[in-house]
Amino acid sequence: MAAEKTFKVTSESGIHARPATTLVNKAGQFSSEIELVHKEKTVNLKSIMGVMSLGIQQGSEITIKADGNDEEEALSSLSNLLKEEGLAE
Amino acid sequence: MSQRITGIGASAGIAIAKAFRLENPALDVEKKAVENHAQEVERFQQSIEKSKNELEAIKEHAEKELGEDKAAIFAAHLLVLQDPELIDNVKKKINEENVNAEFALDEVTGMFISMFENMDNEYMKERAADIRDVRKRILAHLMGVEFNTPSMITDEVIIISDDLTPSDTAQLNRKFVKGFATDIGGRTSHSAIMARSMEIPSVVGTKKITDSVENGTIVIIDGIDGEVIIDPTEDERSTYEEKRNQYLEQKKEWAKLVNERTITSDDVHVELAANIGTPKDLPGVLNNGAEGIGLYRTEFLYMNRDQLPTEEEQFEAYKEVLSQMEGKPVVIRTLDIGGDKELPYLNLPKELNPFLGYRAIRLCLDKQDIFRTQLRALLRASTFGNLKVMFPMIATLDEFRQAKAILMEEKEKLQSENVEVSDGIEIGMMVEIPSTAVMADIFAKEVDFFSIGTNDLIQYTMAADRMNEQVSYLYQPYNPAILRLVKSVIEAAHKEGIWAGMCGEMAGDEIAIPILLGLGLDEFSMSATSILPARSQLIKLSKETIASHIDTILEMDSDQKVKEYVQKHFLN
Repeated sequence: MAAEKTFKVTSESGIHARPATTLVNKAGQFSSEIELVHKEKTVNLKSIMGVMSLGIQQGSEITIKADGNDEEEALSSLSNLLKEEGLAE
Repeated sequence: MSQRITGIGASAGIAIAKAFRLENPALDVEKKAVENHAQEVERFQQSIEKSKNELEAIKEHAEKELGEDKAAIFAAHLLVLQDPELIDNVKKKINEENVNAEFALDEVTGMFISMFENMDNEYMKERAADIRDVRKRILAHLMGVEFNTPSMITDEVIIISDDLTPSDTAQLNRKFVKGFATDIGGRTSHSAIMARSMEIPSVVGTKKITDSVENGTIVIIDGIDGEVIIDPTEDERSTYEEKRNQYLEQKKEWAKLVNERTITSDDVHVELAANIGTPKDLPGVLNNGAEGIGLYRTEFLYMNRDQLPTEEEQFEAYKEVLSQMEGKPVVIRTLDIGGDKELPYLNLPKELNPFLGYRAIRLCLDKQDIFRTQLRALLRASTFGNLKVMFPMIATLDEFRQAKAILMEEKEKLQSENVEVSDGIEIGMMVEIPSTAVMADIFAKEVDFFSIGTNDLIQYTMAADRMNEQVSYLYQPYNPAILRLVKSVIEAAHKEGIWAGMCGEMAGDEIAIPILLGLGLDEFSMSATSILPARSQLIKLSKETIASHIDTILEMDSDQKVKEYVQKHFLN
């Protein structure tokens, strides 16, 4: 059973270098497979190059999917991070 | 014979020293067949480990030398190094295609590099350099090649290189590295950004510096004008030594003025303010000693998105600017959209003549819901500082009255909802349409201030599109026609006891500044980096002396004559 959640990007500069770094670091702490979906493209959320290559801008929708032992924990921790950093809600 | 090469000045200043060529090790990748996959994967893993240790050490060094902020790039490099997409794909290639680790790495990183290079965003393009930097590091370990790193330099030098990677720049020892010049790069490359923060003069994007300089040759770096002089003559050398001293003197002099008010030699105070587009510009405003914000262009809140900003979002932005300015004046201009600034999500029809069309206050008075949302956000933020509201593109008194009436309505509504609103908000207008400059005496009876927007005022007065190169010769800020309009605006303001400012490029222009002072301008608003040079110019000028020349200047018949006159009398 995979867990997933959709967000709206609120950060003015979208998800670029620094926020991408923070997200990827967080994702790397979990054993589940974690994917990021944006405009029908799916990348590995543990891959900095994958996340940056999406060029996510303010106002766009992103979905995070986690699949594995700690999927629920991964998803809630990532969604907290997005909110705390003012990136998305 | 000396040789002169032009590039892009990435970090201001002048440096003169011997050239030190930072050679990149030859890392030519050959494709080889590999039988023992496990061993090859292991070799790859080890090179990743070694690179990781090395990068961690560099990151630590950078944190100490440059601060956490600038060291963040190495955290990003570390992530690239450990990127599962990179590592898994390299291993997969080794296993499935029986190739060596070098080749597999080159192919995989090559794919990512071209992907980033092909993005249509300048920032993303530059990220390709980060991946190259990481690839080089791993390859060097795989091939057992020693890196020639800038940290080994122990003599005063100027670094000449194809490119400086962020890790190269971070290892630069300021004591020895006096400047650098590269073949590639732009003003927004990491090396350029770091050079500015370390204040190392540098010229990037010369295309051919590595072909032209040998180790040990004397080189001059002019980061102000973006030039490199190779093997200078005695004369050139002393010219640039002079230029360097002047620059250093000037910088010292400017720095002393950060906390000073702008007071002319005859004891007249004028206000030097900054133009900003977002709250992110505030550090620059504060570091450059602005006495206020003369123009906050709110349209950036509305741009690069697919819907209007909410009242709350706007409130937060206005509040941040007002509170950070700690009671200094902050002039916030209401939405100026249309013209060359479009909002795709408003679906406005294309116009043949957008600069003369449906824009700014014209649009706001028509689409009042957009306007009212912004006004509410402004009014709510007003208690956090010294807010002045300014309406753009006013052509008639009726427009100003309507806009002000809507503002007053929103104020009353908020007060009836028990929301606190400051009582001292000044309400003013941009003077950018010639009709308002001509009728300034009438407007002055009803507005609290004028701010002259010269970019538009000049193009409307001269009927010349400033974007059109064929008529750009008509963009003449010193044309007496413009100066006379400016004069009538300032006089009208003073007659009614209100202030007049200017927020176009002209306000920070060294030729215009003496004239504007002589005409009695009260507030000059410009880009933050122009403030200290303008202050150092203004404190040496006497308003009274220049005022006695004004009649002569306004009688001149061309902008060229005005320019020459100012250069002769008021610039040294």
